[in-house]
Amino acid sequence: MESTISSYCRIKDGNLWLNGELFLRENKEEDLSAFLNSVYKKIELNYPKFFKMDKLCKLGVLAAEFVIRNTADFGKLSKEHMALVLSNSASSLDSDRNHISAIADKSHYFPSPSVFVYTLPNIVIGEIAIKHRITGENAFFVNQHFDAVLLHDYCELLFKNKAAQSALCGWVNVDGAEAEAFVYCVKNLNFKQENQGFLQAHNANNIQKLYNSEYGSTGDHQ
Amino acid sequence: MSAFFGAHNIISPLGYNSSQNFEALLSGKIALQKHFFDFSEKPFVCAKLEKTELDKKFSSIGDPSAFTHLEKMSLLSIDDVLKQSSMDLRDPSSLLIISTTKGNIDILENKYPAFSKDRAYLHQLAKTLGAFFNCSNTPLVVSNACISGLLAIIMAERFIKAGFYKNIIVCGSDIVSEFTLSGFKSFNAISEEPCKPFDAKRTGINLGEGTATVLVSATPGKIRILSGASANDANHISGPSRTGEGLLQAVKEAMKVSGKSNIDFISAHGTATEFNDEMEAIAFSRAGLSSIPLNSLKGYYGHTLGTAGVIESIISVLSLENNILIKSMGFEAPGTTQALNIIEQTEKKELKSCLKTASGFGGCNAAAVFEKV
Repeated sequence: MESTISSYCRIKDGNLWLNGELFLRENKEEDLSAFLNSVYKKIELNYPKFFKMDKLCKLGVLAAEFVIRNTADFGKLSKEHMALVLSNSASSLDSDRNHISAIADKSHYFPSPSVFVYTLPNIVIGEIAIKHRITGENAFFVNQHFDAVLLHDYCELLFKNKAAQSALCGWVNVDGAEAEAFVYCVKNLNFKQENQGFLQAHNANNIQKLYNSEYGSTGDHQ
Repeated sequence: MSAFFGAHNIISPLGYNSSQNFEALLSGKIALQKHFFDFSEKPFVCAKLEKTELDKKFSSIGDPSAFTHLEKMSLLSIDDVLKQSSMDLRDPSSLLIISTTKGNIDILENKYPAFSKDRAYLHQLAKTLGAFFNCSNTPLVVSNACISGLLAIIMAERFIKAGFYKNIIVCGSDIVSEFTLSGFKSFNAISEEPCKPFDAKRTGINLGEGTATVLVSATPGKIRILSGASANDANHISGPSRTGEGLLQAVKEAMKVSGKSNIDFISAHGTATEFNDEMEAIAFSRAGLSSIPLNSLKGYYGHTLGTAGVIESIISVLSLENNILIKSMGFEAPGTTQALNIIEQTEKKELKSCLKTASGFGGCNAAAVFEKV
């Protein structure tokens, strides 16, 4: 039973691609926070919790939102059997630095739970899980570079062990001014796939190609 | 193909190997003590590894001035397991998995002026540890809050079962730092006394530091990892589900293979916060496990974050091998709405299998069943 990538979202340098097509190109001078908030408005996310999140979680929630809205039959997928497998290189460094600033100066000391809670990279998994009520397997890896083989292999292991039937996988990273995301949905299901437009075989090569490619067509059916 | 536990090591204030640690628990010693820090007038009760002794021990394998506190603990621990098992991480069929929540966070606190700030990156930690042992495969870093350690063991089982590797070393490591102390304090989550998991008078956690390393191998051993699973509450990023949904789901999945009648004891997460322990009691009760002898080890070690799942799994393995139930330190009177069978005395009992659980920020939960072969 082959798995398929049913949609993906790529965010890099203020540009947002959905299934290979450029969806948004933002102002290069705009800082990350402004970019994230403007995407939020553009897609009418209507989710007040968004504004409490740190940049890493905002980025992950937005990328996941695009994938979810553009995955055919997402509503029919069992959320109890949907895994969230994410990764990055900077862990929660963005929020870590905020917390460090809050405690560095004893005369101006303000550690706060609303910052500290984001000093763990898997919180982005938590935020996506909460918004979409996804209760399946979790995994957060920290790699120096995006590792398509790791994500593919681990996801397939979950499918093989019947620990998941579908998954949202990818890379969500914020490090200073640098931010990028690559989130995709993988389905490993028994029912017949209707022609749903974008569809790629789930293998490490395809995952890497999608991560690398920034322009172009929706890809070949494999 | 099954995955088995092999050699293991624990480095904590209770000792530099697993035996010393287990002996200490048997005699009721705890790693928690009042410690003073320069950033706070009041001391914190926590478990902290003494630097001078660590440096002395480390100097037998490397230069103490060239590594951070966390790196020294980790390298010593991994080294012990490699020596015990005659394993070599240069072997391409081996993998090192590192479980940590904050890694070298003290680098960002300027504790090592000679080291680059880049060393705080968790992938740099992987490089440093990997280079020391000439690892054939880049060490894998799992950073999933407080379930990291148990999740890393579950991942190791999955990789071994699939034949991806023959031997996986799982190393859990985290330090006590101003970063984490101030953070948990801002949540009012820290107890000023040694913590009391599941107790009516519990007031919060103590932080603990340490490293625990265990070999997960395809080579048959005495204790098998029967099954494991993780699940998310999908409820709140810092508070656990009031009904224990995620933990219940993980436990049910883990017990699908074993069946609940075959669990002889539970090594719970038991952080001693009001909400966590209550959530666990509800989840275990819903899973039909209320009468199974249960402990938390955090009354001995404190909450060791990324180390917790590994250190507590190793102690559970030793409990199984020695047929000894370890008393849940800090417990005096029931403090959860659902009753649990808390282990109140360390005692001998015939044991075949156990359930290990963990829960963490971000709504994550993990559960695994270990059994004697």
